[in-house]
Amino acid sequence: MNILSLFVLIPVVMLLGLWIARNLNQVRGVMVIGSSFLLALSVYLTVAFIQARQNGDTSAMLFTYSTPWFKPLNIAYSTGVDGISVVMLLLSSIIVFTGTFASWQLKPMTKEYFLWFTLLSTGVYGFFICTDLFTMFMFYEVALIPMYLLIGVWGSGQKEYAAMKLTLMLMGGSALLIIGILGIYYFSGATTMNITEIAAMHNIPVDIQKVFFPFIFIGFGVLGALFPFHTWSPDGHASAPTAVSMLHAGVLMKLGGYGCFRIAMYLLPEAAHELSWIFLILTTISVVYGALSACVQTDLKYINAYSSVSHCGLVLFALLMMTKTACTGAILQMLSHGLMTALFFALIGMIYGRTHTRDIRKLGGLMKIMPFLSVGYVIAGLANLGLPGFSGFIAEMTIFVGSFENNDVFHRTCTIIACTSIVVTAVYILRVVGKILFEKVADPHYEQLTDATWDERFSVCCLIFCVAGLGMAPLWVSNVINGGVSSVLSVINF
Amino acid sequence: MEYSYVFLILLLPFLSFIVLGLAGMKMPHKTAGLIGTLSLGIVTALSYYTAFCYFTAERGVDGTFATMVPYNFTWLPLGVLNFDLGIMLDPISVMMLIVISTVSLMVHIYSFGYMHGEKGFQRYYAYLSLFTMSMLGLVVATNIFQMYLFWELVGVSSYLLIGFYYPLHAAVAASKKAFIVTRFADMFFLIGILIFGFYTGSFSFSFAGNVVMGDGATPFIPVDVVRAVAAGGFIIPTALVLMFIGGAGKSAMFPLHIWLPDAMEGPTPVSALIHAATMVVAGVFQIARLFPLWIEYAPGQMSIVVYVGVFTAFYAAAVACAQSDIKRVLAFSTISQIAFMMVALGVCLPGHDGAVLDNHAQLGYMASMFHLFTHAMFKACLFLGAGCIIHAVHSNEMSTMGGLRKYMPITHITFLISCIAISGIPPFSGFFSKDEIITACFAYSPVVGWIMTAIAAMTAFYMFRLYYGIFWGTENKELHEHHTPHEAPLTMTIPLIILSVITLTCGWIVNFGSFVSASGLDYEIHLDKQIAITSTVIALISIALATYIYKGEKQPIADILYKRFPKLHRAAYKRFYMDEVWMFITHKVIFRLVSTPIAWFDRHVVDGTFDFIAWGSNAAGETIRPWQSGDVRQYAVWFLTGTVALTLVLLCLL
Repeated sequence: MNILSLFVLIPVVMLLGLWIARNLNQVRGVMVIGSSFLLALSVYLTVAFIQARQNGDTSAMLFTYSTPWFKPLNIAYSTGVDGISVVMLLLSSIIVFTGTFASWQLKPMTKEYFLWFTLLSTGVYGFFICTDLFTMFMFYEVALIPMYLLIGVWGSGQKEYAAMKLTLMLMGGSALLIIGILGIYYFSGATTMNITEIAAMHNIPVDIQKVFFPFIFIGFGVLGALFPFHTWSPDGHASAPTAVSMLHAGVLMKLGGYGCFRIAMYLLPEAAHELSWIFLILTTISVVYGALSACVQTDLKYINAYSSVSHCGLVLFALLMMTKTACTGAILQMLSHGLMTALFFALIGMIYGRTHTRDIRKLGGLMKIMPFLSVGYVIAGLANLGLPGFSGFIAEMTIFVGSFENNDVFHRTCTIIACTSIVVTAVYILRVVGKILFEKVADPHYEQLTDATWDERFSVCCLIFCVAGLGMAPLWVSNVINGGVSSVLSVINF
Repeated sequence: MEYSYVFLILLLPFLSFIVLGLAGMKMPHKTAGLIGTLSLGIVTALSYYTAFCYFTAERGVDGTFATMVPYNFTWLPLGVLNFDLGIMLDPISVMMLIVISTVSLMVHIYSFGYMHGEKGFQRYYAYLSLFTMSMLGLVVATNIFQMYLFWELVGVSSYLLIGFYYPLHAAVAASKKAFIVTRFADMFFLIGILIFGFYTGSFSFSFAGNVVMGDGATPFIPVDVVRAVAAGGFIIPTALVLMFIGGAGKSAMFPLHIWLPDAMEGPTPVSALIHAATMVVAGVFQIARLFPLWIEYAPGQMSIVVYVGVFTAFYAAAVACAQSDIKRVLAFSTISQIAFMMVALGVCLPGHDGAVLDNHAQLGYMASMFHLFTHAMFKACLFLGAGCIIHAVHSNEMSTMGGLRKYMPITHITFLISCIAISGIPPFSGFFSKDEIITACFAYSPVVGWIMTAIAAMTAFYMFRLYYGIFWGTENKELHEHHTPHEAPLTMTIPLIILSVITLTCGWIVNFGSFVSASGLDYEIHLDKQIAITSTVIALISIALATYIYKGEKQPIADILYKRFPKLHRAAYKRFYMDEVWMFITHKVIFRLVSTPIAWFDRHVVDGTFDFIAWGSNAAGETIRPWQSGDVRQYAVWFLTGTVALTLVLLCLL
């Protein structure tokens, strides 16, 4: 039994458990036990992975396992992890775990909600453990569909519109993806769908690569909020319930960056080099544009959604720099952004649950009323603007230093433009923090509101702990990622 | 390894921050304050001990104090470069340890009285600890990136402390402004670091003479300046100037000074610690730290530092003459004095006979550090004194004061001592440092020398205007009837006395040049009599002028001047409208003309396109839907028409 398959099996068992569960407590029980197991498993995996690496196991993928499930097209269920997937699995487990607590008091239809929530996480886990093109695609789709229902049913505001928009845009991305995947499969003449094997063959003609690279890069880019395909993000996040926003911004958007790196760039390296300039411009725009848009938003979730556009833009930006440091930074940024945004969305959800508004013009003086949530919000904000001691700082610095390694004017100009985002980020974060937390209490009704309950506190504390832990002791994570990145990059930079 | 204990200097304030931050709210005020003060007391003791060991140690063969690096480890690998954290002790960092720990301890003690009964007392001490830790980390940095890290941390502690009274709008706005302005400058600093690091292959300060590494410390990767110069002569100067912009932001140089006066919204002890003595001199410290590079590779660019410094010094002094809020006067005075330090660094000349580091040519370096030291002491004393006054009259406005000398003798005397010191009258400490600066300026260019002398005279004038406005002049009887001003409690006056004693003595007791000098060699300070006498006389004249104008109950001359030049007064009072200019740029230009259109574009154009595609598909579907009506007759018509048409087409083709 392969340890990685547990990441899919546990959620499936959880689904069964939820199905059987009779009442709310049983549902919660199943979720807590299952997500704790997953968290423990991913911590164990990380430790085992580091040990294996220390023992000198240098193969690209560890814990590999493969069994064909559709012979005619050579589709196999093959698993394996490298440094990048290990930290992504860790991230997913943390978000699922804290997301469970963040939706502790969710009503109505709690059971159904958690069913879809778990199904979504199954897709996410499956995507990160697989090394087979088609199976990855399949899990990707599994992760997308539940989102429609989660937003459409449990969302708020214009939820049907948002759910439809999000799903259609992401499905549009999938359509591009499947074309790209088939293109890679046929033109490489491979008798396997395993990405490491296809990459090792390295025999797709450059012209063909240039045709299919945009398909895959944009296909995943839609999920990674690549300008101008990011517009699902503000509406989608704004309407989604708390834990779904957390999972979506925290993990699902990372699928985009991961796919761009693992599939588009890894399998089509020459095209990546030749076409990177177009996407580099687009991502540079994403970074600055997202940050500037966030400056004038009035809905808390919109601010965060645009902030995510900016930060996820930085992920793709760094990947396209194609230096080892920058790519390590990109993965760090995925990890850091996942944790920070999850924290942010959790807090926004909790504030919204009390004040029933997310309009910053109607909020104010929350520090006095709900100190715990407010302090959490300040910390999330400071982490988001890249304060040293939190994860954002190390990720951004690694990216900027890595991007600067490219010794030409174009890359450096892009880097300097992207650097300006650190100022703009400070502007929009402090604007919100100042408006909603400080000064006078905006509405006398708020005086009666209560501070966080134990489940909310637990979830927030976990995330803060992770963000600060990563920010203070980044060396081990950086080393884990570095190994994975260098083996991928050795193919990309042949 | 000697100095293996120095990690405690950083660790203790950090632990105290963590403890107070997590558990502070459940503690009584006294316990929280004691935890903070006690840890800082130990840090101060350790700093003094370190300084004692360091400066009494044998000088090396080349006559300089060895640079000690007890700790240095890789925190984050960045490809070919490394992000190290460590502790480096050299003359300027040890001097800064003394300055920071002394002032910080004074402020910790003082705050017991000043913040007594204040809500959030524990939070206040937690922030103070955080700030002290970050500032100490900044000065002992072994590399430029570590400096940047702590640079950001002091920025955020400053943000938190300025916004301490968060229910007040002014405090929130000021904290936001301070953070964003300095962050804007930091962006340039970061770009400078990137350029520097990439071309020289290292971030470390390893050009600093003979280095003694501790056990287990990662050795420096040497800065390869030669490679950078080979890549282009402009690279090092560009990087240095970019870093200087960062330093100018922190040190409130024109036009990035706008945040500092507003930062006075924070509690007064905080202004003394952060916005007078320590954090705002970080920019000066940064240039001093990179001084060997400036003097060797960018001597031409040093004139930028001079011009910015001279202009800022003049501008701030002019504004200070017209302010009515006592903390604002002190804030502008701080800006002006920091500009003095900047100028002093800028006026250093390349050494004689090919020697890169030369004590005589680079008198300004020593003078700048000396002034940093003395200024920290007397300005902290002034701010803490102002705190006592505000504590007594519950207002910052000079109009509510006047005649306070009767009520607050200790504050009065210590304030007077500091005023004399800042004016540059011997034998007070300010005289020695300021005189060295002016001597260095004269060596650079007589024009700069005379301008700086004039600004020094303005300093004396506005400081005594302030002094007379507070302690002499018309007493606000009406206000004082309700609430008689009284001397502050002992916890507040003791720090004042200590600081004023240091101010009185530190100029002539020790020879500063034997600790800190450009080349690291022992340097005997000797006064240039001519310049010393000239500047003292000029300072005395402006004090006399201030006495003449402001001492009396009625101030006819001030009123005449005010009536004569109302516009000038108003402009100076309004800080020559610099804040309005910045507000225009940020609010009108960036928010209205950039952000809002971008947000609109995103919602209407980009999003509109996708909505349009969705609508288009939908409309297309609606259009062809009637074709699938399920009506058999309609299908038959289509079938027949199609068949006929196809047959005809085929016939024609055949």
